[in-house]
Amino acid sequence: MEILVCVKRVPTVGGAITLTADRRAIDTKASGFTISPHEECAVEEAVRLAERFGGSVTVATLGPAVAEEQLRACLALGASGAVLIETEPGLEVGPIATATALHAVAAGGRFDLVLLGNEASDTGDYQVGIRLAHLLGWPAATGIKALAVDDGSGWVSASRTYRGVLETFALELPCVVTVKEGINLPRYPSLPGRLRAKRAAITRVPGPEPAGASAADVRMTSLRVPDAPRKQATVLGQGAAAVPALVDVLVQLGVVS
Amino acid sequence: MTVFCLVELDGGAPDGGAAGVADVSLRAITLARELAASGGLAAVVFGDPPFPDLAAYGVTDVYAVSGIDGYAPLAWARVLQWLMSESGHAVMAAGTERGNEVLAHLGAITGLPMAANCAQAVDNGDGAYAIVRQRWAGLLLEEAVLEAPVALLTVATDAVSAVPAAVPATVTVHDVAPSVDGSDLVVRAVETPAGAGGASLATARVVVGGGRGVGSADGFGPLEELAALLGGVVGVSRVVTSEGWRPHTMQVGQTGTKITPDLYLACGISGAIQHFAGCSGAKSIIAINTDPNAPMMTRADYAVIGDLHAVVPALVIALRERAAQGG
Repeated sequence: MEILVCVKRVPTVGGAITLTADRRAIDTKASGFTISPHEECAVEEAVRLAERFGGSVTVATLGPAVAEEQLRACLALGASGAVLIETEPGLEVGPIATATALHAVAAGGRFDLVLLGNEASDTGDYQVGIRLAHLLGWPAATGIKALAVDDGSGWVSASRTYRGVLETFALELPCVVTVKEGINLPRYPSLPGRLRAKRAAITRVPGPEPAGASAADVRMTSLRVPDAPRKQATVLGQGAAAVPALVDVLVQLGVVS
Repeated sequence: MTVFCLVELDGGAPDGGAAGVADVSLRAITLARELAASGGLAAVVFGDPPFPDLAAYGVTDVYAVSGIDGYAPLAWARVLQWLMSESGHAVMAAGTERGNEVLAHLGAITGLPMAANCAQAVDNGDGAYAIVRQRWAGLLLEEAVLEAPVALLTVATDAVSAVPAAVPATVTVHDVAPSVDGSDLVVRAVETPAGAGGASLATARVVVGGGRGVGSADGFGPLEELAALLGGVVGVSRVVTSEGWRPHTMQVGQTGTKITPDLYLACGISGAIQHFAGCSGAKSIIAINTDPNAPMMTRADYAVIGDLHAVVPALVIALRERAAQGG
């Protein structure tokens, strides 16, 4: 089974988000980079499927040259091929252009399954997987938290919860599935995996030009951190001695009659 | 010109009572009504429409779609495409698993851009919309321009309050029985009851949160008891699910569930930024924590400085005594 996993380099966000002076990006001078938690699970799911059914996992990203770091991290986890669709540093590429660029990698009949995270944690566009599926002419399921592949029949059963109900979709391979954290617990990279990843070859292809990066998409004008609902909490007391005051607050809030 | 809004229904009462409009859709309709201004506001319902809810929110037209058995995202998108081709100037939905999915399909089949999880949308005329949408699950807001003959927008589930219209509308009903191409029904949901989890967390009025401070899988007993006494549910931070103490369905945060309760009672949660992305929609936050400088304390309305293992059991006893005395 040949699987393509699409990931995206995003800043590691810690205590607070700080923006650059032009308010068009996150200030990453002091932060590292990673892929989104949903995507870590997509890589893990792909590696497990390849371990079970044979075949291999290829990981692709659209981003600047330094996104090689994220591809190598995925190679250390068990992917065996990597494609970097290279864009100018700092260029934001919208979901339509991203899906188009990924399509060029995914098309051609090599892959049986394309996995993505449900959404990238930075832009949260919630659509690249579906747009890619339409370009490929494949069925898609999104937000998946349980995936079962029947290699013999070539069908996939994909489930998620929606308003307390379990929704299960049956899809025929080849298909696109976007997954969410919780579908598995990703492994840590092994030492041999890391060594292999260091030496692995990465295929580089040119990405969209700046003019086409978000021409058809929503165009960001600026970013802002929402007005901090920073409050000075009213301290009700220390330890169990605070319970009477706590009960009074619960009554005031109307959650206790 | 009309703004169409895909409406999701809640499950209805356990005794078989009629389904109402899901709270997230009332929020979406509220933003759709602002965008529609003096134009038409149309609700698209796959199933039996709850007319009183829709009229109260100013919906002028209801498209009641029948003949599609169950949830089929691409087929739903085709129906919206057909409806918007007549007089649509925007198609909106709640930023749920279904809302984002159906509008992404609609974007793909029409070639139009789609903006997910909007908090504001203003029509600047000539097919240009000024929007504010969530990034990083709401930790960051993006101001953006959307240029399209029809704007496709989902509404962030925790950024807009549901507000009924000043004057209820008179609703015109349109029955829609589309002929759907079989290929659009290939991906279709089969529904089975799930265990307790994500959904009740998303709609609970009270959530009792447990974090690293709970200490172990066995430490949740008092929190569960407290949640039951308050008519709420327990939610957890990411560390709790990655430690395997509780399943991922109970996780509150950017990669878990976004909650919008009246009260979030956060016990032993220091408050990572990704956790705030999931709980900032709470009307009130009470934090119980040993560390008075924990980030959660700067976002809470009320704080108790102390060990949750002492405070929560004492609170449970106090609430029980209060209930025994008749409130």
